Amino acid sequence: MTTEATPLQSRAQRALTRVDLAIVRDYGVVVAFVALFITLSLSSSVFFTWANMKNLAFQTAPVGIIAVGGTLVFIAGGFDLSVGAISGFSGIIAAQAFNASLGLWGSLIVGALVGLGFGVGNGLLITLGRVNAFIATLATSIIINGLGQVITSGNLVSVNADRFSTLGLGTVFGINYPVFVWFAFAGVCGFLLSRTAFGRYVYASGGNAEAARLSGVRVNVVRAATFAISGLAAGIAGVILVSEVQTAQWNANTGIEFDAITAIVLGGTSLLGGEGAIWRTVLGAFFLQMIGNGFNLLGTTPELQYVIKGLILAAAVSLDAWARRRRA
Amino acid sequence: MSAFVEIRGVSKRFGGVQALSGVDLDIVAGSIHALVGENGAGKSTLGKVLAGVHRPDEGEVVVDGRVVAYRSPRDALADGITIITQEPTLVPHRSVQENVFLGVEQGALGVLDERRTARRFAELVQSAGIELRGRRLARTLPVADQQKVEILRAIAREARLFVMDEPTSALTADESERLFELIRSLRDRGSTIVYVSHFLPEVLALADTVTVLRDGKVVRTSPTADETPERLVAAMLGRSLDLTFPDKAPPPADSPVVLAVRNLARPPAVQDVSLELRAGEIVGLAGLIGSGRTELARAIFGADRATGGTIEIGGRAVRARSPRTAIRNGIVMLPEDRKSQGLLMLRSIVENITLPHLADVSKGGVMSVRSERRRTVELIQRLDVRTRSPKSAVNTLSGGNQQKVLFARWLFHAPRVFIADEPTRGVDVGAKRAIYELITQLAESGIAVLLISSEHEELLGLAHRVLVMRAGRLVAEFDQKTMSEDAVLHAAFATGGEEAA
Repeated sequence: MTTEATPLQSRAQRALTRVDLAIVRDYGVVVAFVALFITLSLSSSVFFTWANMKNLAFQTAPVGIIAVGGTLVFIAGGFDLSVGAISGFSGIIAAQAFNASLGLWGSLIVGALVGLGFGVGNGLLITLGRVNAFIATLATSIIINGLGQVITSGNLVSVNADRFSTLGLGTVFGINYPVFVWFAFAGVCGFLLSRTAFGRYVYASGGNAEAARLSGVRVNVVRAATFAISGLAAGIAGVILVSEVQTAQWNANTGIEFDAITAIVLGGTSLLGGEGAIWRTVLGAFFLQMIGNGFNLLGTTPELQYVIKGLILAAAVSLDAWARRRRA
Repeated sequence: MSAFVEIRGVSKRFGGVQALSGVDLDIVAGSIHALVGENGAGKSTLGKVLAGVHRPDEGEVVVDGRVVAYRSPRDALADGITIITQEPTLVPHRSVQENVFLGVEQGALGVLDERRTARRFAELVQSAGIELRGRRLARTLPVADQQKVEILRAIAREARLFVMDEPTSALTADESERLFELIRSLRDRGSTIVYVSHFLPEVLALADTVTVLRDGKVVRTSPTADETPERLVAAMLGRSLDLTFPDKAPPPADSPVVLAVRNLARPPAVQDVSLELRAGEIVGLAGLIGSGRTELARAIFGADRATGGTIEIGGRAVRARSPRTAIRNGIVMLPEDRKSQGLLMLRSIVENITLPHLADVSKGGVMSVRSERRRTVELIQRLDVRTRSPKSAVNTLSGGNQQKVLFARWLFHAPRVFIADEPTRGVDVGAKRAIYELITQLAESGIAVLLISSEHEELLGLAHRVLVMRAGRLVAEFDQKTMSEDAVLHAAFATGGEEAA
């Protein structure tokens, strides 16, 4: 037999690594964020300027909103792939409603509510329909993309009124509205999660569904609600994006769901549910955008940013798995 | 004959529980050696140590005169030792043949040789005297045949010693009989079988040698011919731990019936069970593992829906549709497995306690952190949960303290019926005593307690009345005067008594 530490020593060592990994997983995003921030500030004279900071936040807002909604889904033990399709569809509805002279805010709200409706549909399919969340939202995203093509005949929907871009491009103190929307949404979701009974149920449903059920928690209702919130987030992001460019197309936001998932995971929210926080997702989204921003500012091969993003994502998930394993 | 396997002074501890202490045992090659004992006596643990599933804390295992230290079942298999568990672990969607040769595929350079596989399978089946079609999908087989696949799989790896842990628990009488024939034929071909079971008649019919375990120690090992069911039961009994119990305070005879269960059914685990619990009464539910005790508790609590029967709380009929409705009606349950069914291991003590009661510590859905903390700190102190902070995650606590957190959860509001399923499992002696006192206090405060425990001593020490389950039915009831460990055990094992099945 090989030499071994006594049980006591090895237990103490295990406890130490356990704590370390969980902390790295949870707060790694803070360290990475600060490190990248300082690096970029030192290596580019443009990075740490008011204009660039504003721009960074503005660009992050839509993904950030979707990621915030997705964080709730993740913590409750779900997964939502349909947010890209939902946001595209919501944009179409908002544009068409505006063209049908529903009024600026009316059409934007209708667009966002359509997102909420799809989210409720996802929630029902996954809880009552018992379809695996990954497959269910893959299926609904295909359906929604199809519906988007049907109602637009596959064409662009243009809005010829500058007023329509109020939400996307309007500013207060020089800061674009979407940034405020994002922070407000993150604030509400953060409050829900950390300060309300609903938030407790979200953590409980994802952390140990059976224990939650035996404690009287309606796990299915809680899970469905997180999908509804995620759908609403996608709807809001969709109307913001369509308002920015004043054109809508069914596949305009394809892929945004992956950016959102990346932001969530970078923020240390576990794919397995039960753990995570909104503020870290916000940092994760910023971090992701900063990588792209940095590549642009430094003028290096911009394509390389995807390689870096992918590597960081893989590292974040691996860290989560190891942190979990040590605690099992 | 010399011993194939010698176990010398083996001890194994799980958390606060000493599962095995100083076990000595010789297993003779080519024999069927049975391990018997009460639930928790250590017989399964011993089988698993042998098969490399668990590593002993102390002592050594000698195989063929060589000291071995298995790190995994794989290491044990290299010496020809394998375990056949209660639940077969096959790849369901692949064929019998593929399952048998999983990991030892027949072929060259990673390319399968179908013909050689079929030939080798035919040889195996013939030499073992088993009838099985190699191309059938594993999932289509009944459990009995799945076990045969496991046995073939072991033979394909040249196993010489099979540890079988309660192999008949999921089999019909007929299937069991055929399994016994197979076991005998394996022995006659020179294999050794370690047979872990609590079905005494089958042990006596099958084994050559029988070892009785109690509280992780060997009581005696003797030839089966010298044993009778009565002698075996007597050996399993006996005062185990030096535990004392709080004084019993049975409720007055006119104490009202709080819970009345009539003809409750959830086949096959629960069949036509009727029982009543009075306020202030502790009723113990005894029975072997698999007798339906836990399933009965879960059906009353609404964790699993009953298919028939009625439940009345305080004379009012209620429907046990979900744990949520049960909790509203004042029925709470401490689940059998606190980690997988009870606690949110990564969340704080406070959160775990208040989870079912958030409406009481929030306003309009918003948590009132201060009132939550005040009310939980009171409970933490009252139940003496040892922790640095109420905000500590539950996974930092010892087993006993984790269990106290669950008690605190259900004492946040005084329930009317408290069901405790194995409340002292995996808990050290000190915490056990605290839990006994707690259960007694609950009853004194007027709560009706249904206590499930595999430790009969615990049941007898706490309960005012003991019900015994066997095969999904209540088969015996004992009151303060008639209850004894002997009587309970005989009813549970169906030996001796007039109501033998």
